Amino acid sequence: MTEQLLQYLAECIERGKVNQQAAYPPDLSGRPGASEVTRELLDNGTAPNHILARALMVGMERIGEKFGSGQAFIPDLLIASKAMYAAMDHLKPYFESGAAQHKGTIILGTVAGDRHDIGKNLLRMVMEGNGWKAVDLGTNVSAEQFLAALQEHPDSLVGLSALLTTTMLNMERITKAIKAQSPQTQIFVGGAPLSQAFNDKIGADGYFPSPQDLVAHLETS
Amino acid sequence: MVPSFLERLQQGQTLLSDGAMGTELQKRGLNTDDCPEEFNLAHPEIVQSIYSDYFAAGSDIVETNSFGGNRERLSQYGKETEVTLFNRKAAELARAVCPQGHFVAGSIGPTGAMLEPMGTLAIQIAYDFFKEQAEALAEGGVHLFYVETMMAVEEAEIAVRAVKESTGLPVVGSMTFDLAGDSVRTSWGVDIPTMVQRLSDAGADILGANCGNGVEVVLRAMQEMRPITSLPLMAQPNAGLPEIKDSFIVYPETPESFEEKMKAVLAVGIGILGGCCGSGPEHIRHLRHLINHNKKGSDD
Repeated sequence: MTEQLLQYLAECIERGKVNQQAAYPPDLSGRPGASEVTRELLDNGTAPNHILARALMVGMERIGEKFGSGQAFIPDLLIASKAMYAAMDHLKPYFESGAAQHKGTIILGTVAGDRHDIGKNLLRMVMEGNGWKAVDLGTNVSAEQFLAALQEHPDSLVGLSALLTTTMLNMERITKAIKAQSPQTQIFVGGAPLSQAFNDKIGADGYFPSPQDLVAHLETS
Repeated sequence: MVPSFLERLQQGQTLLSDGAMGTELQKRGLNTDDCPEEFNLAHPEIVQSIYSDYFAAGSDIVETNSFGGNRERLSQYGKETEVTLFNRKAAELARAVCPQGHFVAGSIGPTGAMLEPMGTLAIQIAYDFFKEQAEALAEGGVHLFYVETMMAVEEAEIAVRAVKESTGLPVVGSMTFDLAGDSVRTSWGVDIPTMVQRLSDAGADILGANCGNGVEVVLRAMQEMRPITSLPLMAQPNAGLPEIKDSFIVYPETPESFEEKMKAVLAVGIGILGGCCGSGPEHIRHLRHLINHNKKGSDD
């Protein structure tokens, strides 16, 4: 029974079935969604980490892979993220109480001058769905703000986002500022106009075209 | 009688648009924290010098510095009450240097927010934002509009409708495409047939592809659009994917290589040809050469 519920929850995440009232996707109309199923699993004694690993991460990985290979698009990821956060609302108290463990922390932000948040939010959701803690600094974030967050969360990774071809240069400044103070901090970059060549040039630790690619890299490194 | 803008396209002419505004403004002093549209009032001479340079390079159409001039985007700079002022000025500055027989296009980009139900921006509010911007640009004297760099088809069609219904002027509906696997799509997943259908229904007079990861993707988009619409097409690719050289952003396509690659795009049958990020007046001069040369070739 628990196994079936976990599988169904993974499907709810992948396809973006938020809760019972949600009309999307049409073929799951009237059935329980991520919120109800997560509650039911917790009530029948399933461990939060187990729910995260066996359902949320599975669903996020599937939609993330489809996104990476061009079979799913930003709206599909966004609706999946709504379902994931609906499930996370039930799991959060366990993580906050220390009853369940994160894999690590990532500090996220869209770089100074750039106010686009969609890419950054997508990364946050995929990371959280894969068991990471995200410290989200928002958009238009300066080097100083990243450094202050690093002081507070010293062993974190850093993720920099930019959409505009005109703000990419700020990525270089921020990367250099962080590396000057904290050379061991790993910095990852993402955004539509970026490339691996750009990453190498500015001295960051990796460019990934989709959030799932970064997660896969962290799993294997 | 002098043929109108749309008549010239209907006669099969290819009109030359301009290159980038954002990257040119940066070359001339815009910092990444500055609001680009505020430059229309703070540094009108800089904005106007870009317009003039494009007309001098051979552009038939120059776009206004108003890409992010909608209420939603300007609110990020605390400038949401300046929509009318910034946009009207953008158009007036361009009209003041627009030679006879040339055109000024009002640039309208995305709000940057997501529409309901995925996001929080209501459809009607988005419509009102685009209408407000379009009316100000029309007051300033634009001849036509480019609704451009759109990724969500809902937002593109709302913008096209708002422009059309509030001004009645010709409007280009242009979206930004990428390759998803082997399929040409926006990052929202919109494919070419969907885009053509919905923007045509919304009232677009011209359909286009702009920005993105280079000439090749825009070429593919044009090749897919051409057989399924009788509307004129617009192609304005970036000069490739940006790179960093000596702490400056550079684009791989030189004016020469850009001209060479755009030959294939022009051959598809294009009404408006131009460039997006990373293309400057020199790229436009080369496109002028390409169009003129092409015209001579077909007259022979």
